[in-house]
Amino acid sequence: MSSQKAQVTPAPAPALDAVRLRADFPILRQEVHGKPLVYLDNAATTQKPRQVIEAINHYYTTDNANIHRGVHTLSQRATDDYEGAREKLRAFINAADTREIIFVRGATEGINLVAQSYGRPRFKAGDEILISAMEHHSNIVPWQMLCEQTGALLKVAPINDAGELVLDEFHKLLSPRTKLVAVVHISNALGTINPVREIIAAAHAVGAVVLLDGAQAVAHAAVDVRALNCDFYVFSSHKLYGPTGVGVLYGKRELLEAMPPYQGGGDMIRMVSFKKTEYNSLPYKFEAGTPHIAGGIGLGAAIDYVTAVGLDAIAAHEDQLLRYATEQALQVPGLRLIGTARAKAAILSFVLERIHPHDIGTIVDHEGVAIRTGHHCAMPVMDFFNVPATARASLALYNTRDDVDCFIAALHKVNEVFA
Amino acid sequence: MSGLRELYQEVIFDHNRHPRNFGKLEDANRYAVGHNPLCGDRLTLYLKVENDLIKDLRFEGMGCAISTASASLMTERLKGMTVADAEALFGRFHDLLTNAATDDDTAALGKLTVLLGVREYPARVKCATLAWHTLHAALANQEQAVTTE
Repeated sequence: MSSQKAQVTPAPAPALDAVRLRADFPILRQEVHGKPLVYLDNAATTQKPRQVIEAINHYYTTDNANIHRGVHTLSQRATDDYEGAREKLRAFINAADTREIIFVRGATEGINLVAQSYGRPRFKAGDEILISAMEHHSNIVPWQMLCEQTGALLKVAPINDAGELVLDEFHKLLSPRTKLVAVVHISNALGTINPVREIIAAAHAVGAVVLLDGAQAVAHAAVDVRALNCDFYVFSSHKLYGPTGVGVLYGKRELLEAMPPYQGGGDMIRMVSFKKTEYNSLPYKFEAGTPHIAGGIGLGAAIDYVTAVGLDAIAAHEDQLLRYATEQALQVPGLRLIGTARAKAAILSFVLERIHPHDIGTIVDHEGVAIRTGHHCAMPVMDFFNVPATARASLALYNTRDDVDCFIAALHKVNEVFA
Repeated sequence: MSGLRELYQEVIFDHNRHPRNFGKLEDANRYAVGHNPLCGDRLTLYLKVENDLIKDLRFEGMGCAISTASASLMTERLKGMTVADAEALFGRFHDLLTNAATDDDTAALGKLTVLLGVREYPARVKCATLAWHTLHAALANQEQAVTTE
């Protein structure tokens, strides 16, 4: 693993009061199959605090209008709030400029945008794109499509049995032919935290640009795109306590400036005639059509929320909880963890001997416990560990030791049912 | 737990632990691969069909308790049945599982009624029907893997 750590040793984060924070999440106050809901599918999507729901409600109740073009009051208010959210996002990841914050539908669209707008005009036969063996399908398929279009080659850096990137092999795969490196910051299927600083430095040394898939990362640790020095960073709102259907592509300004628009339409133009169209400046060049305004505003409220709780406090809380959950899970007969990286966040992926994950999922649901079962959109990871699927519990700021205890009790129940 | 016991009946555990007609059928003249992308289950079904009669059938693959038991129960039931009867039974089974059949006449299903517990678990209906979709493909001689999606 990377020896590079954060520049400063962080002060112990203030303890997070998950029980108090739970009160902000109305959806958690319900029973499933007569048992209190224990929501442990946060890597799929997080629940939304009242503050986010109210921001969306407020927008539709009082400010709904189209943005950027209206001279009337509502349009101005909607524009201010939407652009205000962009500024919150800039500060959240410490980008240099709001023009580097592109609203997209989610992390997936962000990756597709980079593939088609950065890669497609530039890459040619013999160029290489390097990804890792732990990628989500959304960080595999857009590159495969790009390779088909350009003749570039997709290279895959392997992982080890713990689910960690094999750095030696990663370095060996880098060469002057490598034009782009796209890796996940935190793996959704394994919880592995990748040594992204080392990856970025090594990629830059051969002249490649780096895209980080931050879908799982942004809700679990503070991200500073300038300190990382990554070229592109993508994430989705809905895994960060915000609404679905909106996300962010961060890109270094000089790269974004040089890229052609991804889609044509309204908002992305400055002047249109049938002879010639002049494109709008950043970030609007990449934002064709009326965007998900309420979503952007809701995401802004989510940023306010997690910032107030504190990313360091969230990270410390989840880390403690993950350690506790891991200890307890290893006591469950027949349980095998899938993904045991030394640097790991918020995700417990596992299988039970002789019991299919799908059966685990149904039985723990009966105990009120929501977990994910399946391939987690990472079929190559499943193939590597030679399992058809895994069960996955994933943590968020509102989870407690009680949640973990319910989850573990439910796993014992699974063993009982199948005894 | 009542709903859960309804889903995971003893017969299902029995067929999951000890699937009947499991393994390759060497003299098969029809086969198909079924895939449930939702859970990664894969199932290969081998059939020996002569004069529109299912002389023999076997299956291979790994799946959840419901899909394994369903495949096992299906092979047990279909041996010796005509192709037309097998397809009709699939139709009946499918309709009852997906609540497309409004009546509750389950007599035709016989032992397969143990699988009706999945009606309360819409996400699991595909587990119970994977083997049958694969059967349908094998009888139609489809070369490509069928999926439940």
